Amino acid sequence: MAKYIGKRLLYMLISLWLIITATFFFMRIAPGNPFTSEKQLPPEIEANLNAHYGLDKPWYAQYGDYLLKVVKWDFGPSFKYKSQTVNDLISEGFPVSFILGMEAILLAVAFGLILGIIAALKHNKWQDYTAMIIAVAGISVPSFIMATFLQYFLAIKMGIFPVARFETFMHTVLPALALASTPMAFIARLTRSSMLEVMSNDYIKTAKAKGLSQGVITVKHAIRNALLPVVTYMGPLTAGILTGSFVIERIFGIPGLGAHFVTSITNRDYTVIMGVTVFYSIILLASILLVDIAYGIIDPRIKLAGGKKGE
Amino acid sequence: MQISKDKFQLVGTKISEAEKISKPSLSFWKDVFIRFRKNKLAMFGLVLLAILIFMAIFGPYMTEYDYATNDLTNKNQAPSSEHWFGTDDLGRDVFARTWEGARISIFIGVAAALIDLFIGVLWGGISGYKGGRTDEMMMRFADVLYGVPYLLLVILLMVVLGQGLGTMILAMTITGWINMARIVRGQVLSLKSQEYVLASKTLGANTSRIMAKHLIPNSMAPILVTMTLTIPNAIFTEAFLSFIGLGLTPPLASWGTMANDGLPAIRYYPWRLFFPAIFISLTIFAFNVVGDGLRDALDPRLRK
Amino acid sequence: MEKILEVKDLEVSFQTYGGSVKAVRGVSFDLHKGETLAIVGESGSGKSVTSQTIMKLIPMPPGKITGGQILFNGDDIVPKTEKQMEKIRGKEISMIFQDPMTSLNPTMKIGTQIMEGLIKHQNMSKQAAKTRAVELLNLVGIPMPERRVNQYPHEFSGGMRQRAMIAIALAANPKLLIADEPTTALDVTIQAQILDLMKDLQSKMDTSIIFITHDLGVVANVADRVAVMYAGQIVEMGTVDEIFYDPRHPYTWGLLASMPSLDNDNKAELAAIPGTPPDLTNPPKGDAFAARNQYALAIDFEEEPPMYQISETHFAKTWLLHPDAPKVEPPEAVKNRMRQLSSTFDQAVLVKEGK
Repeated sequence: MAKYIGKRLLYMLISLWLIITATFFFMRIAPGNPFTSEKQLPPEIEANLNAHYGLDKPWYAQYGDYLLKVVKWDFGPSFKYKSQTVNDLISEGFPVSFILGMEAILLAVAFGLILGIIAALKHNKWQDYTAMIIAVAGISVPSFIMATFLQYFLAIKMGIFPVARFETFMHTVLPALALASTPMAFIARLTRSSMLEVMSNDYIKTAKAKGLSQGVITVKHAIRNALLPVVTYMGPLTAGILTGSFVIERIFGIPGLGAHFVTSITNRDYTVIMGVTVFYSIILLASILLVDIAYGIIDPRIKLAGGKKGE
Repeated sequence: MQISKDKFQLVGTKISEAEKISKPSLSFWKDVFIRFRKNKLAMFGLVLLAILIFMAIFGPYMTEYDYATNDLTNKNQAPSSEHWFGTDDLGRDVFARTWEGARISIFIGVAAALIDLFIGVLWGGISGYKGGRTDEMMMRFADVLYGVPYLLLVILLMVVLGQGLGTMILAMTITGWINMARIVRGQVLSLKSQEYVLASKTLGANTSRIMAKHLIPNSMAPILVTMTLTIPNAIFTEAFLSFIGLGLTPPLASWGTMANDGLPAIRYYPWRLFFPAIFISLTIFAFNVVGDGLRDALDPRLRK
Repeated sequence: MEKILEVKDLEVSFQTYGGSVKAVRGVSFDLHKGETLAIVGESGSGKSVTSQTIMKLIPMPPGKITGGQILFNGDDIVPKTEKQMEKIRGKEISMIFQDPMTSLNPTMKIGTQIMEGLIKHQNMSKQAAKTRAVELLNLVGIPMPERRVNQYPHEFSGGMRQRAMIAIALAANPKLLIADEPTTALDVTIQAQILDLMKDLQSKMDTSIIFITHDLGVVANVADRVAVMYAGQIVEMGTVDEIFYDPRHPYTWGLLASMPSLDNDNKAELAAIPGTPPDLTNPPKGDAFAARNQYALAIDFEEEPPMYQISETHFAKTWLLHPDAPKVEPPEAVKNRMRQLSSTFDQAVLVKEGK
């Protein structure tokens, strides 16, 4: 187990290094980037950047500096605003995004599973068709459109929820729903097909031949096995919620990291783009690692010592 | 029961009778078509798609207004008999812009799918067919690229490359082909070990014949499905990028930029957001259900 | 002897895209206490469907029992509800499936899978069920059962898994065990072990067994009686001796002739049955086997043959037993093994008209 996690951590670090390196060089070649000398910057910012990256040094020294700073968890100053650092932005925006994201993940998983399981148990009946039409609609309506519809009808027209900002729990309902809609639909479809696959397995027949009731078979034999592919979806789910937050936070005026990220893109605030990208990558890689470990715990066939599926 | 004696004559086997196939034999594609047609949701998607494509081609000519001409005296008009979908903040006709947007969205979707197809089939095909070290290296490379979150990478690329139609398609396809390559490789690998391919190899068929007769026809189904499902993904990505301000530059109209422009005015002029929003969703929906329908129709394991 | 199971004119069909497939077309047989009946036939002959119908394990829909009765201890199973069936499955009738690789739940411990039935049918506590599970694993010959009980199926070999399956099936002391090709997926050496185990357990527990197989070689070892199925019907049924030494139906001849045997000298070639079984969406007119039958009579293509009785226990469904039928010589390999059995009637008696 420890060996497996160590190995995965190593891979994670390599991927992370690749991403940091790529972002660094992307930003160097981007038009109007902070690493060229002929730029028109307010003197304070120029001084900040110089102090942080040593812009008078050759590129490899700058790159080395940058790597070192990232290891020390220091993403440097903003390229546009003199008093702000990327660290400030992250510590200010991420908690907000985290709460929203967690709410959305819970919603997506809970409703996705319920919808998928009902559809599979009522295969080819009206419940199945309804659930799958909801799911295909959820996949087809992009989250930012779902968000504007929810905002317009439930907040502006009917006034059930607040229109924007991030203050009470009620403020989080619509953005979390909008964020959750697409992943929920994916989870519902995944759960359904995985349940159907599992239900056609011989061991379900064995369980039935034992005289177990349909309910016991579903809960004890089918769902546990059907959940395995759903667990693997948790990695992409995190990525989806994360990128979804870029637009959702903007629509609902939520001061999260996603909204900051989009602002930094609009402003071409390169150091912020760089820092937040690296931060996001760390989160994603960590969540993928967590999913892998969770999978190993749920599926006894996977030996975490590094082996493959036993057969 | 009395039976005449001559009925007890020995006649022996009638193998031709036994081998007679009582069900009419259907060609693969005919069978696919029949099953697709039975899928009501997929048929609905197909009709919807046909209408959308028709409107993308002819829609802009149905109104006298041009999608890019400003008319500041007629700003933010609600939908009327004059401006069917209303006008935007520069007085441009939303109906004309919507169908112009349809052209761009569908173009981006199809272009991205075709480029993915080209690179994916080449990469996956070579990787799977060669096997061994070549395969190992090519797939490692794809894995590394695949590990990077797609939208994040596309956003970075758009920042670096600058906005525009061409750079957007480029940014999307830089990692978009990997999915296709994996599917093609998987198909090639599994088909390579199938008995009928081995059989034709023992019969002396050469590589190109095996490719043409076995690999390509048999990989057609998953490739087609992947393509159909790539298109809505690309349309979504375009809208997403435009919506966060990384999309096309004015006066080009895409659904994403229209929605982005319409968002601040949602309280007062909701149609400016709703028309593009509804059509993005409808188009993605249509491609998704057609893709799903194709997948179900093409999967011979469901054949009964 | 007490009759435990009586199947009467059972008909099962499946609704598919291509129309309704009549998988079982009027099957009747019975089974006594402690007896083993083998049902033999090619794939698609309806033998698995017949056996799964006895436990009502076929998926309904698309499957449907369109006629007949299944009397278990004199009680008809066909009209029973799912809830009522749950009390019969596992407790009265159990089943072992063909592929031990897929018939055990991969994410559940072997012990738990055995315990489920015990807890359900014998109201055992978890602790008692676990103790019994260890005993059962020991009984089916799995070494170190105390450890094995906590392992997962992937930690077992194929033969071990089938032993575990047998332990699951026998957990609640069922009166009838249905074994659906239990040895087909196993290595030949393991096959013999599993067969011995089943025979051994049967004598200990006095269970009746229905043994489904396509392998006549296995049949001779385990069965008391044999039913040969073709195209959803039983075409010949009798004791093992009657089927092996005095077969009457040309399909049984075909099966026997295509079976390799050490008794035969090398000169006798293995004979294959030509052609393929008929499509049961549209069963052919007359005898379903006629088109593949080298002994087919003209009438075989027109009228379904009736069932003839050859002895107290021996039945065959073929026109060749009609008084007017020509005398035919069975294939060489079969003729060599033919013996005169004392119980045979002087003349075959028509017992049931064909439809």
